[in-house]
Amino acid sequence: MVRVLKLELKGITKRFGSLLANDHIDVVVEPGQIHCLLGENGAGKSTLMNVLYGLYEPTDGEILIDGKPVSFRGPGDAMAAGIGMVHQHFMLVPVFTVAENVALGAEATKAGGFLNLDDTRRKIKEISDRYGFDVDPDALVEDLPVGVQQRVEIIKALVRDAKVLILDEPTAVLTPQDTDELLDIMRQLKSSGTSIVFISHKLREVKAVSDTITVIRRGKVVGTAAPGASTTELASMMVGRSVSLTLDKEPAQPKETTFEVRDLTVIAPSGQHVVDGISFSIARGEILAVAGVQGNGQTELTEAILGLQERVHGSILLDGKELLGRSVKEVLRAGVGFVPEDRKVDGLIGTFSIAENLVLDLYDQSPFAKGIGMSPAKVLENATSRIGEFDIRTPSGSLAAGTLSGGNQQKVVMARELSRPLRLFIASQPTRGVDVGSIEFLHRRIVAERDNGTPVMIVSTELDEVMELADRIAVLYKGKLVGTVPAGTSRDVLGLMMAGLSPEEAAHADRAHHDGSPDDGSSPEPSTSRAEGGDHV
Amino acid sequence: MSTTTTAPKPGTPQPGTTRIQGSSAKPVTWKIPILLAALGLVAFVFFGVMGPNQTAKFGISSAGDFFQLPVIEVPAFLAGIVLSVVLLGLAGYAVYLKTRNQSAPRWLPIAFIVVFVVAFLIWLVGGARTPNISLAGLIAGSVTLAVPLVFGSLSGVLCERVGVVNIAIEGQLLGGAFTAAIVASITKNPFIGLLAAALAGAVVSVVLALFSIKYLVNQIIVGVVLNVLVSGLTGFMFSTVMQADPEQFNSPDRLPIVDIPVLSSIPLIGPILFRQSVVGYLMYIAVIVVWIGLFKTKWGLRVRAVGEHPEAADTMGIKVNATRFWNVTLGGAIAGIGGSFFTLVAIDSFTKEISGGRGFIALAALIFGRWNPIGAFFAALLFGFADNLQSIVTIIGTPVPSQFMAMLPYLVTVLAVAGLVGRSRPPAASGIPYVKG
Repeated sequence: MVRVLKLELKGITKRFGSLLANDHIDVVVEPGQIHCLLGENGAGKSTLMNVLYGLYEPTDGEILIDGKPVSFRGPGDAMAAGIGMVHQHFMLVPVFTVAENVALGAEATKAGGFLNLDDTRRKIKEISDRYGFDVDPDALVEDLPVGVQQRVEIIKALVRDAKVLILDEPTAVLTPQDTDELLDIMRQLKSSGTSIVFISHKLREVKAVSDTITVIRRGKVVGTAAPGASTTELASMMVGRSVSLTLDKEPAQPKETTFEVRDLTVIAPSGQHVVDGISFSIARGEILAVAGVQGNGQTELTEAILGLQERVHGSILLDGKELLGRSVKEVLRAGVGFVPEDRKVDGLIGTFSIAENLVLDLYDQSPFAKGIGMSPAKVLENATSRIGEFDIRTPSGSLAAGTLSGGNQQKVVMARELSRPLRLFIASQPTRGVDVGSIEFLHRRIVAERDNGTPVMIVSTELDEVMELADRIAVLYKGKLVGTVPAGTSRDVLGLMMAGLSPEEAAHADRAHHDGSPDDGSSPEPSTSRAEGGDHV
Repeated sequence: MSTTTTAPKPGTPQPGTTRIQGSSAKPVTWKIPILLAALGLVAFVFFGVMGPNQTAKFGISSAGDFFQLPVIEVPAFLAGIVLSVVLLGLAGYAVYLKTRNQSAPRWLPIAFIVVFVVAFLIWLVGGARTPNISLAGLIAGSVTLAVPLVFGSLSGVLCERVGVVNIAIEGQLLGGAFTAAIVASITKNPFIGLLAAALAGAVVSVVLALFSIKYLVNQIIVGVVLNVLVSGLTGFMFSTVMQADPEQFNSPDRLPIVDIPVLSSIPLIGPILFRQSVVGYLMYIAVIVVWIGLFKTKWGLRVRAVGEHPEAADTMGIKVNATRFWNVTLGGAIAGIGGSFFTLVAIDSFTKEISGGRGFIALAALIFGRWNPIGAFFAALLFGFADNLQSIVTIIGTPVPSQFMAMLPYLVTVLAVAGLVGRSRPPAASGIPYVKG
């Protein structure tokens, strides 16, 4: 009854100008298989899938379905051929209901083009019941949590009878619990005959769910692996050299507490309390990692400390001095180093040279300033030494910063912020969209700053990164501090806290979940988390 | 974790676990209560305490009606006091709700506006030299003045709903007015003029669409440039062609006023709904058709998706830029019909700048009406009312200088755009060109 199809990509090449995004890629997706495309950010996975989905036209190569070559002029053709896609950034209209979103593009109509959503509602209910999705067809999409929105995306594909479902980095926006549920859904879909192409760079998930793994690096297929392959093996295939996945950092030696946040509240322009009465402190020589799902107040918290937020109440004390109400420049002069979460928007000026970007905060000071002018020689000289020190891969410091890869751009930002004597270092998403090799380097620099005796605050939505770097972990949920727990708290407990449970409740719920294996998750287990900690790639 | 399909409502405790309740709900602001209270005080002082002592008379029947309703006589001072107390009461209720952290219901500001306008009207007429006004004429006149505004704002709705900002409404109205006049004069047939006006509006739109969708030029700039271009072009044609031979080129026949028998004799609403020109009837039809089209049909779902999230529409196989192009063109045609009102209904000749900035008022009506055809219709009516009031006030002679009355539509616009009637949320992709990939 279930029609299955075999999908082959043969010699797919996609060129954007001079950039070769896909270079003769061959992939075969067998019916009823979960096929993982593993590769770093920018390896060309998404481009390949957009070619398959008809969004891009391949420069060369062909797509075969059940052995017959097909050509897609648009997503409509791909859907008609039985291919569905869940994009990394959801393709849902926020102000539409679930039913409207699902109907869009394949609307059932009554006479005269009038919408007939009842038909769609029935189909949603049907699929929702079959897979236990629990989705209300009449809910507005913008009111739904991210995990449910993702299910709506999956329903969209299933309603269109997708036989091959492409999931593009589906876990990037999910809490660990939602991720586990998604992996279950994938297994269920597979058992009902749907093939899945799973795009990811997270090794733990890939190993948990895949039948076959194809590794892509710099637009080329570099090999295939079985899910049984070791994490290190997969990582080195992905990166192209052996990488050390664990960061052997010394235990923290916290000294006196010099940074303190008391009762901090940030009010958004909408009047919402995006940060709501948060208090914490960081000692010198200690890393506090702020964990939480994206959009729970992390951005506003860091911006408030730097003085970028307007309506802030409470107190931010560094070395006993109040930072609140001072200008960004004064905060920087007080010794705060800040790596913003989006380097392209807030961290760098892409059209400025690397050398100029390296002195964005020091341009008006000696030795770079000379009266009202600048000293270009000194700026370049500084660039040369920073490029060496931070291993920034570029032929020259006078190239535009925008031409660098993500990892190297991040090194420029980090190099600039760490080039001053710091009293506090804040790094927001320090390794987002950064290649594995650079991650290792950036993490070591962060730990080195801690060992220098600087209080360090890391904000990351990647749980693995948090567990890797943290000496203590603070979890934010809806602008409030759920709790602060020691490093080594289990992934499950942290995941529950990220969903809003207090540390005690999380530990309790986790124990109940692991019925029979007492105390499995709640007690700190540095050894386990260390072993898992390498999976952040 | 349970997979709830609706976001947890603030205040409803989650069973089982004590979740941290973030303040994720949209907070209630003081904006509306304060604004209402201030306006209420103004009303109390001016319309009430300092109110005129005459009796205001409102005629609500016109001569042709099949039954006559008596003239409403209102003691202005008493009415001013009573109505301003009602206004203060409404404002007080909004303040009370705010203190309980509830936002004012939708009807509250609307009711406030209605009562305020009534109080204002009574105050105005009560203070006039001849405290006597035909309400029927006032409302019918408002509708007439609103016709081009409604067509203009419908054009705006169609364009913005699909993601293109249409600043060129003014140019489309003017282009329609000019073309209607010249074509109707040459062909001696106002209906052909009407069609030509739609075509002219569409042509202006095609230029807007081409530059903003294909060549990705800033939509505001294209719109402004188009307005100046149409103004210059029609002005030039007017002084060179039309003025040289007005008999031949600038004397269109007017579109007839079609009286629907019996129905048009109903007092008050008869003249508004059933004694209109063809353009007037087309206006009612257009409002309803656009509303149904946008919210009840497959076409409308796709249009709105393109205006809200073009990538999503694209991945669902909808041709984003083609949809945009045709919608903008259709919008231009509708605005063009609105333009024909100036030269085929209101008067029977074209003059320079005959649209007189009404395209921009239409833009405000669109925002006031929250990008909804029916909302835009009522907003346009309000502006038409303010416009009409100005001319009537000059006739009956009130203490208020007519220049102040002339400011009224714009004052209303500022209040409207400042978000008096709740938060206006434009289509998310409005003004952003769509580039694939």
